[in-house]
Amino acid sequence: MSLQSLLFAVFAIGAVASAIATITRKNPVASAMSLVAHFFMLTGLYLTLEAQFVAAVQVLVYAGAIMVLVVFVIMLLNVGRESQATGGRPIRTTLGTLLAVLLVGMISVTIAARPTGLNAMASNATTIGTTEAIGQSLFTTYLFPFEAVSLLLLAALIGALILAKRHVQEG
Amino acid sequence: MLPTSIPLDYYLILSALLFVTGVVGVVTRRNAIVIFMSLELMLNAVNLSLVAFSSYLGDTAGQMFVFFIMAVAAAEAAVGLAIVLSLFRNKQTVYVDEVNIMKW
Repeated sequence: MSLQSLLFAVFAIGAVASAIATITRKNPVASAMSLVAHFFMLTGLYLTLEAQFVAAVQVLVYAGAIMVLVVFVIMLLNVGRESQATGGRPIRTTLGTLLAVLLVGMISVTIAARPTGLNAMASNATTIGTTEAIGQSLFTTYLFPFEAVSLLLLAALIGALILAKRHVQEG
Repeated sequence: MLPTSIPLDYYLILSALLFVTGVVGVVTRRNAIVIFMSLELMLNAVNLSLVAFSSYLGDTAGQMFVFFIMAVAAAEAAVGLAIVLSLFRNKQTVYVDEVNIMKW
């Protein structure tokens, strides 16, 4: 068994386990911490795929920025442990589980019926994931989407400010 | 026993499992913040399959898409949590089943 296979197995099991922990914990802070663990597992998977830049950004943006924001909101709203994780009616959980089994079945059958036939990474896989290669195509081929995303982030910033600010009485 | 080199299909099935975990979270949980975290799970599952395709096909495009999805996820995080915050201000709850004024 090669190192890539071993790392894939470890990180894949870790990623599924922490994802399930995220949606089953009753305490939202425990959910958030499981999600941070999940992001680190995904970072490991990205590294097995030779995507160094994406792995670094995953830790910085997701495990860093976004999760700090989530934990901040949990603490600000003082959300405690839930007496029950799911809604009052158990039919919701039953239907949710049924939907999950159906979806996994559908996707697995599709993949099994038409395997991609790609059994090894491309020969240039180590070079396309570097910061240099990503930057090169970000500022040439993808320059317009890059600028559009900066506008989107500005709009989101203003939107978040307006939504979250306290309403001041008029006059 | 795992093969010496991982086929792309393994990554796709893993990605599908993670995505479905996120779907179940969104459908069954009642805490808006946990629903929001399940959304992040789904976005990350898609990112994983994009990076896998990118590495196996030797094309940068997949990793560029992941970069843009992360930017959109950051925007979504800011706006989504602001909505949860303003929901809490107005209804004193973050449980989505208690926000039912449009139910008849």
